[in-house]
Amino acid sequence: MNRLLKIIFFGLIVKPLVLIGLGLNTYHRNKLPMTGPAILAPNHNSHLDTLVLISLYPLSRIHQIRPVAAADYFLSNRILAWFSLNVLGIIPLERNNNTGVKEDLFKECHAALKRNEILIIFPEGSRGSPEKLGTLKKGIYHLLKDEPTIPLFPIVMHGLGKALPRGEALLVPFNCDVAIGDPLYSQGHEINYFMQKIIASFESLLEICLTRQA
Amino acid sequence: MFNIPTNSLYMMAFIMTLLMIGSVIQYALQRFNPTKDFTELKQRTHSWWVMILIFLGVLVSGKTASLCFFAFLSFLALKEFFSIVPTRHADRRVLFWAYMSIPLQYYAIASHWYGMFIVFIPVFVFLFLPMRSIFTGEIKGFIQSSGIIHWGIMLTVFCISHIAYFFELPEKNTSAGNIGLVLFLVFMTQFNDICQYVFGKMLGRHKIIPKVSPNKTWEGFLGGFFTAMIASLFLAPLLTPLSSGQGVLAGAIIAFSGFIGDVVISAVKRDLQIKDSSQLIPGHGGVLDRVDSLMYTAPLFFHFVYYLCY
Repeated sequence: MNRLLKIIFFGLIVKPLVLIGLGLNTYHRNKLPMTGPAILAPNHNSHLDTLVLISLYPLSRIHQIRPVAAADYFLSNRILAWFSLNVLGIIPLERNNNTGVKEDLFKECHAALKRNEILIIFPEGSRGSPEKLGTLKKGIYHLLKDEPTIPLFPIVMHGLGKALPRGEALLVPFNCDVAIGDPLYSQGHEINYFMQKIIASFESLLEICLTRQA
Repeated sequence: MFNIPTNSLYMMAFIMTLLMIGSVIQYALQRFNPTKDFTELKQRTHSWWVMILIFLGVLVSGKTASLCFFAFLSFLALKEFFSIVPTRHADRRVLFWAYMSIPLQYYAIASHWYGMFIVFIPVFVFLFLPMRSIFTGEIKGFIQSSGIIHWGIMLTVFCISHIAYFFELPEKNTSAGNIGLVLFLVFMTQFNDICQYVFGKMLGRHKIIPKVSPNKTWEGFLGGFFTAMIASLFLAPLLTPLSSGQGVLAGAIIAFSGFIGDVVISAVKRDLQIKDSSQLIPGHGGVLDRVDSLMYTAPLFFHFVYYLCY
């Protein structure tokens, strides 16, 4: 049932919107993992980021693409919570859990990876100021530390922060870039080195974006 | 069938024949040079098939379909333009209104309102958008932004919409109809592009403006120029209300302005240090890359015909 809702939402609304209202320039699309377990780690500028990423997948696959999203935001009211859980299929993340137990925090994520699903995790944490890369949160490393063989794909998206930035409801059409990088593995890397590699990958991917000056 | 006037029907058949010959040549090249990589040529040919089939399909579907098609083309080109040029975050609302000029401009055309079609963008949109812009309160970069936005609308909406107005003119050449004018303009523009490219590749030596477009040579330009004039000597009387003599002049106008349109968009991309305006058309780049010359040839050819015949 939820799978059907997701297919209807993406097939009838998101895909046409992305195709006509936005328009994508994708780079290295062949690098996009078709089967899990894997983690997509894009930069974050707009609510459209998640929708655009999922729309890169065929409708038969989209139920396996799970955005990891902040519970305090996406479960904040009943309608948004229903939509996030049943249509988008998010994995809620308790950002402010004070128990301090990291294993608990990522329990759902580990379970999803075991089911060969593909997670979308925004290492910046929030959308921040439009088209600027914020500082990366280190949680993503703690998740991957226990999964040394699962690939993380750095992805740079550009232009969506113009089409629908934070705090705006009016969507203005813009072409957007989606550039997919080579997979990174946590195996044998310590935390700062791993985070540096993600940042370096973001920077080199941004170079190929056509809309980078807009 | 579909009520297409005979000459235009022949022209469509002729274009399809050229396309098939092109495909055969591409296939032969690949066959006899199996080691060389022809991926891009293959993509280009494939995209030509898609573009021409869509274009001819729209033309035979009637006036309304054609107007919608050119309005959509304007939208894609304008979106591409706004996506590559620098605009300010504060301009979002202004850009939204810029997009709104497309339905209004094409509405003026569909309702046969020549005066509004001619002044709507150069006067009303021109005055309105900077006004909307000052109400955002963002002054830094105001001048630059106003200039960029209006220039983009002029090129992609105003200029391209001239093709659509051909459908509204009274039919003067009944054996070709108004479709004939559109076919003539679009065919001649693309034919001139291709001829300039081919002559440039074969004989090109003396560069015209190496800083903007290093591949443009005098040999290519003149080769395209004269071929276009000869082609339109024959085609103009068949497809348009123009005589052969006027046709030669039309060919010259299209060849010259097509060249200018091409290098103007090249200059835009060079300024932004990008190669293509988007990836929409495999092997060609974006819509802007494909309609660059058409943005210059359409209004100039339109007003040439309008002055002489209407």
